[in-house]
Amino acid sequence: MQLKGKVAIVTGGASGIGRATAELFSREGAVVLIADVNEAAGKVASEKIVKSGGRACFERTDVTRAEECRRLTERAAREFGAIDILFNNAGIIRRATILDLSEEDWDRVMAINVKSIYLLSREVIPHMQRAGGGSIINTASGWGLAGGAKAAVYCASKGAVVLLTKAMALDHGPQKIRVNCICPGDTDTEMLRSEAQQLGEPSEGFLAEAARRPLGRVGSADEIAKAALYLASDAASFVTGTALVVDGGGLAGTI
Amino acid sequence: MRLKNKVALITGGTSGIGEAVALLFAREGAKVAITGRNETRGHAVTARILEAGGQAIFLRTDVRKAQECKRAVDETLSSFGSLDILFNNAGVFYPQTALECTEEEWDLHIDINLKGTFLMSKYALEPMIAQGAGVIINNSSGWGVVGGDKAVAYCASKGGVVLLTKAMAIDHGRQGIRVNCICPGDVDTPMLPEDAKMRGLDWKTYLAGCENRPLGRIGTPDEIAKAVLFLASDDSSFMTGASLVVDGGGTAD
Repeated sequence: MQLKGKVAIVTGGASGIGRATAELFSREGAVVLIADVNEAAGKVASEKIVKSGGRACFERTDVTRAEECRRLTERAAREFGAIDILFNNAGIIRRATILDLSEEDWDRVMAINVKSIYLLSREVIPHMQRAGGGSIINTASGWGLAGGAKAAVYCASKGAVVLLTKAMALDHGPQKIRVNCICPGDTDTEMLRSEAQQLGEPSEGFLAEAARRPLGRVGSADEIAKAALYLASDAASFVTGTALVVDGGGLAGTI
Repeated sequence: MRLKNKVALITGGTSGIGEAVALLFAREGAKVAITGRNETRGHAVTARILEAGGQAIFLRTDVRKAQECKRAVDETLSSFGSLDILFNNAGVFYPQTALECTEEEWDLHIDINLKGTFLMSKYALEPMIAQGAGVIINNSSGWGVVGGDKAVAYCASKGGVVLLTKAMAIDHGRQGIRVNCICPGDVDTPMLPEDAKMRGLDWKTYLAGCENRPLGRIGTPDEIAKAVLFLASDDSSFMTGASLVVDGGGTAD
C-alpha cells in the first residue's frame, strides 16, 4: 500500500482517468474525495470504492468557481484532517481550429483545464504547507508539449498546464510540496471517443489512427493512473517540476 | 514484489545509483547481474544481495568493448535463463570546457556513456525480442536536457542518450520492448565529491550550489532507484521513449 493513511482529492473523478486514479489511490490505502460536475457518475464512483472496502466521498464541484473550490477544500480538511495529494485532472477537449472555435468555447476550455488548477491549488496549498508537505499532480497532455491538428485551445490550455506546473514547483518546493504533471497520449476514455464525434469521423478509423504509435495501441485509464500513483507516492520524493509523458511512444519522434 | 522472477542486467552496478538499483531490484524479487570494472566493489554488492537471500552475479565488463557487452548478456542468460530488464547506467564525468577537454577524454565520455548504451542494448535486444517483451532504461542526466558549465563531453553524451532512447523506442515498440531514460539531478554518489575536487571547490561551497533547487537538497541514490523501478515495472506499461526527470525541480526553471 503506497498511499496508506493519505488523503487525496481527485477532480474529474467521476469518469476516465480520474475515476481509475481514484480507485487505484483507494486500493493503495488513501482516503479519496472525488470532485466532479457529474453528480450521478461521481456518486457511483465513490460508492463503488466504499463497497470494495475503501473510504471515499463525492462532492459536486465546478472547479472553475472559486467558492466551490474553497468548499471542496474545507470539506476535505474538516472530514479528513489533512490533504496530502491533489490530482487536478478535470478537463475537456474541443476539436477545432481557431477559425471554428467560439470565444465561449475558448473560455470554457481554459477555465476547466487551466484556471481550475490555480483556483483549487491556492486553496489546498496552505493546508499542505501546515502539514509539512504534499504532492500535486496535474493532468496535462502530449498535446501540452507538441501541437495537434484541430485542437488549438486544447493545446494552448495543456501547454499552460505544463508551465504552470513548473512555476508552482519552483514556488512551493521549499515547503516540500512537489508539483508534477502527466502528459498522457490517447487513452481509452469517453473523451477520446467524443473526439471522433466532434471531428465527424467514424470512430473505428479514429481509434485505429490513435493506436498508431510505437506500442501500437492506445493507453488504458489504469495505466495513466499508475503514473499518477508514482508521482503521488513517496517513491517520487525527489521528483518535482516534471512532465511525465505516458503515451506509448507517441511523442518519441516529435519535439 | 514488483519484479518477481524478472532478470535484470545493470551496468555500472558497483557503486552509486547502479548499486542502489541492484539492491532495490533484488528486494523486489529480480535476479540481478551487475557489471563494472572494479571487481572488489562488484563482489561486495553481490555479497550483500546474496546475504539477504537474493540472487546476483558480478560480470567484469568494459561497456566500450562489443565482445565484453555480448559476453555480459550471454552470461546473464546462461546464469538466469532470460533477460527482462537492462539498466544502462555505467557513466563517467569530468568537468571540462571544450578548450580543456582532450580528445581522449571526449572519446571516454562518448564511448562509456553513449556507445556503451548502444552496445549493451544491441545484444540485450536479441533475447528480449525473441521473448516478445523487455524493458530498457538508460541513465541520462538533467544535463542531457539542459546545458551545464564545464561539461561539454558529458552534456553531449547524455543528450545523445536521450535521443538514442527515443530512437530505440520507435524501432522496438512493436516488438514489445519499452525504452525510457531517467534524467537525475545531483545525487549523493561518489561522483559528486569527485566533481567538487576536480573543479577545485571545497565541498561545502560545492554542495550549497547543488542544493540550490526547489526541494533544497540533493537526491539520494535510492530515490533515483525508485524512478528506475517504476520504469522497469509493469506500472509504466504505456511508457516508452520518455525522459523521466528526477532532480528536485532543478530544471523546472
